Order: sequence, then structure tokens, then C-alpha cells
Amino acid sequence: MFERERWREVIHVLSKNKLRTFMTAFGILWGIFMLMIMLGASTGLSNGMKRNLGDFAVNSCFIWAQQTTMPYKGFKKGRHYNFELKDMDMLGKKIPEIEYLSPRMNRGNMPISRDKKTGGFNIFGDFPEFNNIDPMTIVKGRFLNHKDIQDRRKVVVIGERANEVLFEQDEDALGKYIKVNDVYFQVVGIFRSKHTGGWGNYQNQSVIMPLTTLQKTFNEGNTVHWFSITAKRGTSAKYIETKAISLLKAAHYVHPDDEMAVGHQNVEEEFKKFNGLFMGVNIVVWIVGLGTLFAGIIGVSNIMLVVVRERTQEFGIQRAVGATPWKIIGQLIMESVFLTVIAGYIGLFFGIGLVELVDMIISGQHIEAFYNPEVSLEIAFKALAVLVVAGTLAGIIPAKRAVSMKPIDAIRSEYK
Amino acid sequence: MIRLSRLHKSYITGSNRLHVLKGIDLFIDSGELVSVVGSSGSGKSTLLNVIGILDSYDDGEYYLGNNLIQGLTEKRSAWYRNQMIGFVFQSFNLISFKNAMENVALPLYYQNIPRKKRNRIALEYLEKMGLLDWAEHLPSELSGGQKQRVAIARALVTNPKIILADEPTGALDTQTSYEVMSLFKEINEEGITVIIVTHEKDISERTKRIIHLTDGIIEKEYTTKLKVNYV
Repeated sequence: MFERERWREVIHVLSKNKLRTFMTAFGILWGIFMLMIMLGASTGLSNGMKRNLGDFAVNSCFIWAQQTTMPYKGFKKGRHYNFELKDMDMLGKKIPEIEYLSPRMNRGNMPISRDKKTGGFNIFGDFPEFNNIDPMTIVKGRFLNHKDIQDRRKVVVIGERANEVLFEQDEDALGKYIKVNDVYFQVVGIFRSKHTGGWGNYQNQSVIMPLTTLQKTFNEGNTVHWFSITAKRGTSAKYIETKAISLLKAAHYVHPDDEMAVGHQNVEEEFKKFNGLFMGVNIVVWIVGLGTLFAGIIGVSNIMLVVVRERTQEFGIQRAVGATPWKIIGQLIMESVFLTVIAGYIGLFFGIGLVELVDMIISGQHIEAFYNPEVSLEIAFKALAVLVVAGTLAGIIPAKRAVSMKPIDAIRSEYK
Repeated sequence: MIRLSRLHKSYITGSNRLHVLKGIDLFIDSGELVSVVGSSGSGKSTLLNVIGILDSYDDGEYYLGNNLIQGLTEKRSAWYRNQMIGFVFQSFNLISFKNAMENVALPLYYQNIPRKKRNRIALEYLEKMGLLDWAEHLPSELSGGQKQRVAIARALVTNPKIILADEPTGALDTQTSYEVMSLFKEINEEGITVIIVTHEKDISERTKRIIHLTDGIIEKEYTTKLKVNYV
């Protein structure tokens, strides 16, 4: 393997026809290069999507009340109804598999002012549990607590963007009061969304108050707009969702078969689709990448066949002076592996280099769909291992052919 | 050293069967200097290739020393060629990208002798051939006679029992041919069996025993009155 004689032969053979060697090597180089680029891109897309999702609990679902479409127990169809806060206790008692249950209200955009500063912000009514379902970064102060809910305190947690608009840059908003629709609320915390893009902007422009406070202050009665629920580990969100819907239907006299009466969305299902999509993308990437690589390997094998034909006489001479078939097979495989690995390594280098370069360029910018493209070291090493195996296979068929003929026929072959 | 009995060999080309060796009985003792002559197609080269284990035979027996050479693996054949036999070809058959020394050292490489040692041995043999100054030259920079002497050095470097030469002077002019033949004579005088295939009468006359092959059988053989110079 480390015989100088062998390496000299490798170098001699490969440098004898430089253009041919380059073209062959390029096939491999391009295959690996493309594989790395595509893997990097698919990771980038996947990371972008995941970042957009923030720390959102993926085993969660949302359920909200809609209009009934079937008559039931004396109620006509087309009835409007609302979920209520007492449903929350009912769900919590009857579904032990629930991890977090958070009712939510959205009052939409409301004018908010403080001194002479004003702006329109989205008003939400929440329970403390919400921060476990779609966690936010608390920049300052605190999130809502159960005392706020119980006492219907007039406190708010404001988004980062709201803080920028309503307060001076060097001003501490904590403890200060803001006026929401002519009612004063004390700021107890500032949060920053973990989502990116539109979702993140929307959250940062929100103001969150205790749900009970919102109900009382804005005359919402006992209404809840929707429930966010997460399942305990080992339980599927789908199971929780189905169970909660049937319980809510029963509690609100809705026909059990009335599919339209309860709106729902299941993040777990969405996430599964999303994961499935990226698995599909990855499969395509590997198929295309390995296909390209395979074409390169066929090229190497072809060239090795030509090399064997050119050198048949030389192999005959070597065998006449005592070379065993395995010496010659080993030599050819070494040439083939050397060519593939060098070409593959250069392809790997440029492929990963380009991916890293793109990562560096876009890392400062907010590109929603694309984030942190990378190729793991593990994959790079695996690719290199594939190359060594491929190089061996590419060399083995021509090498077998080289030693299959009788030495005298090899010596007498006239190919030049 | 070499014993052939009822040796048959045919080539099959397409649907034709060409019977080349039609029952050869031959004994060559160690230390002989033999030439095999015959017209083209008489089977003399085939006979040499069979003896050199470069080619197989169909029927009969071939003993090299005390070993029956039959149905050997290619690995074993390579070992015999490497240990017992040295080849000299008409077209020299040197490796074009290796210099004279490396060409001579090649058989030793297959014996896994370290590079320095085998190059030293190769230089000794080149010196015997009077080619020490040409050790670093590639075959393309050598004359025909020089190439053949490099080839002879390569054949000798493993210290074989037998030298097989197939038309060794076929590509050389008369003067060089005679020089090469006297080299073979010297080699033979050191005790190595030398078998030369040739169609040139004046070459065969410089060996001690001439085997005449016609149409795949030994037509006649005779010893020459070659003067052995003991001075």
C-alpha cells in the first residue's frame, strides 16, 4: 500500500493522460459537489421552517366554536355558541392526558396610548399556561401568573415592538401604565417572540393581559375564543383533540356528528406533514446526488477499462517476472480509489465550502424560509466512505479483466 | 531440469482447432545451452511459453525440476516464474516508465525485497552487463543491444535456474546479436540452463544442442561441435 513503486505507477498512469484524468475526476467531483449543495440547501430549508415554528409545542391542538349545522336536542341548526371558562375545568378533569390547557381570547387590534405616544396593537387574553405551549422570551419582568387571573388584575405583558412604540428607548416600562381603550393597565413584563418572519412580527406587536381581566373589562362575559391544548408525553395530540371535541360538543348541546360546529387544528398533524415533506426532499436529494455520483463512478470504471487495455502488455510482462494477479488487481484498485477519493475530496471541499459561504452571507439577514444551511461532518465522512467503496468497485471489474487472460496473450497484445 | 512427455497443445480459434504441439517428448538437463529451431508456425515459441508457464498445455506431462506443472493457480505459476525462470523477449519488453535499474529490480519487487536492497542488487547485475552508467536511463534512451542486456539482467536478477529466450536477437543487428549470444554462453557457463528459440541458423549454431521442430513434433536434434573455451 505504501510502496513507493506503486505510487509512482499510480502517478505515472494518471499523469500520462492529464485531460482524460481530469475529465474522469470531474465526474466524481461534480457528483459529490452537487450532493453536498443539495444536502446543505435542504437542511437550510428545514432549519428555516423549524426556526419559524419557534419553540411551539408540536404535540398541541387548537379548538374553537363555530356555527352548528345540525339540529340537536331542540336547538335549531345555524346556532352560534361560545366556549366558556368552565369548559376548561371540565376538560382538565375528564382528560388526564392533557399536559397544558390554555384558554385564549383575541380582541383584535385596539388603540393603545401612553402620554402622547399611541399605536394599534393586538390584544390577547391569556392564562399563564400559554407560555408553555408557545413559549416566548421574557426580556424583562414576568409573564402572567395565576394571581393575575384570580384577582382579574389590570396588568399587561407587552411585545417588544409595542415597547419600542410606547416607551422611550432608555425608559423602563415596568410598573408604568398604558391606556387600552381608555382603561389603564400596568406593564409587568416585556416579551420577544421566538418565531421569525410575519408570525414573529405579529407577536411582537401584541399585548397580553389576563383572560379574566379581558372578559370583565371588555364585557365578554364568560366567553373563551379557543383552547390551546398540549398532550402529555406518550399521548398523541390527535387523541386529546378528538376527546376534547366530543366533550365540548356534549357540554354545548351540539350533535355528535356535527363536524362543522367545532373548528380545530392539530399542530402535530401539521408537523408530521412538514416532517414528511422534508423526508421526501431528503430522499430526492440522496437519489439525485447518489445518481450523479454513480454516473461519475461509471466514468471512472470506464476509464479504468481503457487503462487496462492500454496496459495489458505491461501487466503481461509484470506477470512474466513474477507479479501475482492480486498485485495487479491491487495496483488498479489503488489507482481507481486514489482518483475517486482525490476528486471526491475536492468536490466535498468545494461543496461544503459553498454551503458554509452561503451560511455566512445569509446569517446576518432575516430570510424567513432559509436558515443555517449545513452539511454534517458525519455525512461528509459517510460520503467519503462511499467513495472509497465506489472506487474499489470501479477498479475491480477492469482489474479482474486484466488478469483473466493468460500472461502470454497479455504480452502479445498489440494495443498501443 | 525440464521433462516433457507426450505434450499436446492446441489453439481453438472460432470453430477451428489448431494442433500446435503434437506430442513432444523432451528432456533438458540442468546446465544445458539449447536452441529450438524451426520454421514459423512449427510451435517453437509455444513450446517455450509452455516451459515458461506463460501458457497452458492440453495433454501430457511437464515436470520442472521435480514439480509437475499442471493446473496451477495463477499465484503459484507467478511464484515459479519469479523463482525459477528468467525471460528474455525479442521485443525486450521493458517497462517504459521505469529506468534501467528499476526494470532490473522489478522481479525482486515481487519477492517483497526492500527497495534499497533490490536496487543495489539490480546495479550489480547492470554492472555485469556493462551498463552501470545507464542505470538511470529510461528504455527509450537506450539502444537495442543495451535494452536487451537490461532485459537479460532482469532475467538474471532473481538467480533463476532457467533462462528462456524467445528470438532474443530478432531485433538486433548481427554484431550485437553475437555479443548477446556470448552473454548467454557466459550465463550458461555459470550453470544456468539456457533455452533459446530462434530461426537464425548462425544463432542456433552458437548453442550446444539444437532441437529442430517441424509441425509440432521434434523432427531431429543434434549436438553441435561448439568449442567450449576454458581459457
